[in-house]
Amino acid sequence: MVRCCWVSAPLNLRLCDMGKSKMPPEHKKIERKLELQMNLKRNIGKITGVVALVAATIGLAVPAVQSQSRTRIKIDGSSTVFPITEAVAEEFQKEQRGSVQVTVGISGTGGGFKKFCSDNPSVRTHISDASRPMKKKEQDMCRAQGIEYIELPVAYDAITVVINRNNSWAESMTTDDLKKMWDSSGQGRITRWSQVNPNWPNEPLRLYGPGADSGTFDYFNEVIIGKGNSSRGDYTASEDDNVLVQGVAKDNTAIGYFGLAYYLENKDKIRAVAVDGVLPSPYTVNNGTYSPLSRPIYIYVNKKAADDVPALKRFVEYYLQNAREYVEEVGYVSLSDADYQKALDRFQNRETGRVPLREGL
Amino acid sequence: MSSLNLEEIRRNINRRQQINKIFAILGLLVIFVAILTLLGLILEMVIDGHSRISPDFFTSFPSRKPEKAGILAAWVGTSLVMVVTAVAAVPLGVAAAIYLEEYARKNLLADLIEINVTNLAGVPSIVYGLLALGLFVYQFNLGESILTAGLTLALLILPVVIVTTREALRAIPNNLREAAYALGASKWQMIWDHILPYSFGSILTGAIVGLSRAIGETAPIITIGALTFIAFLPDSPLREEFPYISFAWLQAPFTVMPIQMFNWVSRPNAEFHINAAAAGTVLIGMTLMMNGIAIYLRYLFRKDIKW
Repeated sequence: MVRCCWVSAPLNLRLCDMGKSKMPPEHKKIERKLELQMNLKRNIGKITGVVALVAATIGLAVPAVQSQSRTRIKIDGSSTVFPITEAVAEEFQKEQRGSVQVTVGISGTGGGFKKFCSDNPSVRTHISDASRPMKKKEQDMCRAQGIEYIELPVAYDAITVVINRNNSWAESMTTDDLKKMWDSSGQGRITRWSQVNPNWPNEPLRLYGPGADSGTFDYFNEVIIGKGNSSRGDYTASEDDNVLVQGVAKDNTAIGYFGLAYYLENKDKIRAVAVDGVLPSPYTVNNGTYSPLSRPIYIYVNKKAADDVPALKRFVEYYLQNAREYVEEVGYVSLSDADYQKALDRFQNRETGRVPLREGL
Repeated sequence: MSSLNLEEIRRNINRRQQINKIFAILGLLVIFVAILTLLGLILEMVIDGHSRISPDFFTSFPSRKPEKAGILAAWVGTSLVMVVTAVAAVPLGVAAAIYLEEYARKNLLADLIEINVTNLAGVPSIVYGLLALGLFVYQFNLGESILTAGLTLALLILPVVIVTTREALRAIPNNLREAAYALGASKWQMIWDHILPYSFGSILTGAIVGLSRAIGETAPIITIGALTFIAFLPDSPLREEFPYISFAWLQAPFTVMPIQMFNWVSRPNAEFHINAAAAGTVLIGMTLMMNGIAIYLRYLFRKDIKW
């Protein structure tokens, strides 16, 4: 028996089970390998099972939603406008009972326009969110593609200057004070509050603001420091406004600026500064007294798509008719009813181009 | 004289052993600092987020109301993108590794490929995003879809899969290859019947480690145009009529977990930050689960292998 094993081991191991212990070591190796292969086969079965289970889970989790027959509205652009568009999209989809699908991205105002007027039709969006009007270069890009657009203001964003709650001296300041603090000529030179205004204490001045990629940064520079000049670089910069809120809340002698929504949400931690005697609020923004730090934000609608896609037309109308409620809910300042009506008229008349709705809008 | 010498040698040994101990303690401390920091971060996130994790959180779409917002679109998107990534990256990566390890002759071309693969593993992920934007979105017109995202992440983890697979293949003793040849097996038979089954466990581990990296990537996915608000799911891959499977979901717009988190973190409302922590907890759970499966499979395959 043992002898037979020697010869037949590679061919038929089962015969040799009895003589296993006497087998030479090499044969044990071969036997182990064969066992291993069988184990592997068994295990592959197990793995197939696991994979099938995972696939089935995903399959079941994805309900049978057939989207082929549905209209899809593509929106992209500014992250500042995103919360408003998201709110409108959410409610509009509910109202349409899912027959229209709306998607919203946050590529930034510039990135959004790039898609809006792309030379590749497959990435073009129907609506572009923008926290500033379209620039000349972007208008040229759209013209080159033959894309006509309707510019519609949807809300105001008020840039809010904030200080720490323990700061008792800077509740109010002028735009000149702000310019002195943020102008590039002050870099490394103006480092104490008393240097900006002699009435303020000799405390270190620490600045917090959005990074250079932000639309808020652009706008603040344009209206406070002026065109052609630049902001100083030695301040704590973050693209995440929550980081700025935290910074100012923890630093007694700090000053910073960001969108009104972040101030409203953190009123207990930081304090808003009255600029030229006016505190930011929906009221002061809407009647134009909180100037120059309030800015309109927009949506741009592709005119041809608005003509061709009935759902898009309904969406834009829904947007302008209900904007007031949703704008306030997400912490922005709404336009007056008259302005929304004007915007709606503009959309219905399909007036294209970069034209202010009225002075300052 | 000799006793003095002995004394000196003893002192020398003592000193060296002390240095040895000090280094061991130092090493332990470093590990503790690293692990405790990580645990602290994870724990803080779990504590912040656990209250929001409920069945509703998994079955709701994003919303402007934080308490109603959920991660349905995000986790389905992440799962589907991972499926595409795995299907694209694993066969390609394993095949490339087999070629490099078993077929390629040592020459300039092989060296060139090798240097490229190693370097690709260190390329920042945003670069893959830009590459994919130009290639998949603009050239091939695949759109801002699950397919594009899956292929992008597949490119990203391909070097990882290739490198780990090559290591797995290299770990197989050479005498096995020779034994197979001795019995008349062709090269392909040798690879298919012997080398691949024996290294299957390690290859799988490598693939899943690669996927665990891909699941957390944000930059390339944002670059190719993943969405932030999406309140519908891709088409189901299963259909009621023939042929029962549908691939329409590949072309669907999508979002993934890290993007959903990023969006929530940057919102002013503190309630959204809790949502972000909850989504982060789920994402860590998904990653841990994948790694757990990898470890279990490796154990399953390795327990019988003794060279």
